[in-house]
Amino acid sequence: MRLQPWNRRHLIERIMQIAMIGSLVIVGLCLGAILWTIIARGLPSLTWQMISQTPKGGFYMGKEGGVLNAILGSLYLASGATALAIVFALPIALYLQTYLATSGWAQLVRLALDVLWGIPSIVYGAFGFTLMIVLGVRASLLAGIIVLALVELPIMTRAMDEVIRRLPRDLAQAALALGSTKLEVALRVVIPQTLPGIVTAVLLAFGRGIGDAAAVLFTAGYTDRIPTSLLRATASLPLAVFFQLGTPYPEVRERGYASALILTIIVLLVSFGSRWLAARLQRYTVK
Amino acid sequence: MSAHIDVTNLNVFYGKQQALTNVSISIPRQQITVIMGPSGCGKTTLLKSFNRFLELTDGTTITGAVHVDGQNIYAGDVDVTAVRKRVGLLAQRPTPLPMSIYDNVCYGMSIHQMRTSKADYTAAVQHYLELAGLWDEVKTRLHEPATSLSIGQQQRLCLARGLAVEPEVILGDEPTSALDPISSQHIEKRMLELKSQYTTVIVTHTLRQAKRLADYVIFMYMGEVVEAGVAREVFSNPQQERTRQYLEGVF
Repeated sequence: MRLQPWNRRHLIERIMQIAMIGSLVIVGLCLGAILWTIIARGLPSLTWQMISQTPKGGFYMGKEGGVLNAILGSLYLASGATALAIVFALPIALYLQTYLATSGWAQLVRLALDVLWGIPSIVYGAFGFTLMIVLGVRASLLAGIIVLALVELPIMTRAMDEVIRRLPRDLAQAALALGSTKLEVALRVVIPQTLPGIVTAVLLAFGRGIGDAAAVLFTAGYTDRIPTSLLRATASLPLAVFFQLGTPYPEVRERGYASALILTIIVLLVSFGSRWLAARLQRYTVK
Repeated sequence: MSAHIDVTNLNVFYGKQQALTNVSISIPRQQITVIMGPSGCGKTTLLKSFNRFLELTDGTTITGAVHVDGQNIYAGDVDVTAVRKRVGLLAQRPTPLPMSIYDNVCYGMSIHQMRTSKADYTAAVQHYLELAGLWDEVKTRLHEPATSLSIGQQQRLCLARGLAVEPEVILGDEPTSALDPISSQHIEKRMLELKSQYTTVIVTHTLRQAKRLADYVIFMYMGEVVEAGVAREVFSNPQQERTRQYLEGVF
């Protein structure tokens, strides 16, 4: 018997391995470079004043103030939109899996959601804006929440759909064998079992919502004031970044990076929080 | 013999593939009936026609009738959840629900609103866990996840959960095939204890298990019932050549 450590199969495996590691390294470096830019340029400007104050006069020319208006605005917008999206996404995902299963209708709904997922958020913003003109509504927190919820809906629904699809078939059948209705299976078995995944779906949608600038550009407007009413305009962090990076003043641009850093940290915190929550919710799930 | 389940002219198709052909059979009340036969002979299909589980698979066509207590469960106005409450199923692999041991037993009773107070539910949970021979092992850990139990314990939990909705019939789809010998013995022992109160129908492909449990046997081959009768007689003196071959281990 001859042992050939370098035969063709091993060579192919080695080449493929290098290709995989290569992809990982390239993507890792790009993300690292982005993070490094944000941190290196944003951290020096990330003062307590940045996160505790609203813009004062001359803020956009480098004077006093912070982006508290945009931090709170973004949190309100994304939280409101995510909450609103859950109200629609969860029933749709449950209906798709529990009642429609693999029928043609379900496939059509999935296709529609995938198409909606791919539509640029500026289109949602423009659609919302048109609707607002017809209804005579001005840019407001509420309008921003509604349009952002539409942006989040496809990603949230499809993520939930995929999570629920992976539910073991036996589990639903065990509940059906006891005489459950499909609704009881959905509410008392499917949701508890898939809750960690559902939390992840919600997080994905929240991340998309809070980072989106285009959908809120026309619909939520921008203001230096902290939002106090659903019917008033509100600032948001992506737009704050956009406006500050677009100025000719270096110190304002640095603050733009600091705002981006704040946005990144918020997403990171929400991500850790939801992971912690998902882990706790896993206690009773069936592996 | 008083029949509890009456099957008349049952034909089942999965798509175009015929799984059962003209099955007409009676299942005696409060005895253990064992359905046996080689793999793919339609044992499980016949079993799952008794709790209307066949329709969970897309593209299934069912003709004929299955009467439970004289009522055709395939009639148009029958509530399928009521059928499944009366005809319980112990699956091949234990499938605890994603909740605590206590809630697993409680689940069925609570969806059917069978008790009124928390104390009644708790008493019932203890009763059915005792009936399934699991109480002593879990009484101190009722609120732990059901998945923390061993596979054998999980199957007894599934038995307790099934008994808790007070069915008249218990179906077992090779209920011990995923279990170790000791756990299998536990389950078999429970079934023998419970047979005076429930009509039990078990699918098995272990001949020895069939001989240990059966009061009545149905032998199937290629989607048809070849022979059915009192266990003692069928095992000692099979009328059909195929049954004899199967019992002798020819196939």
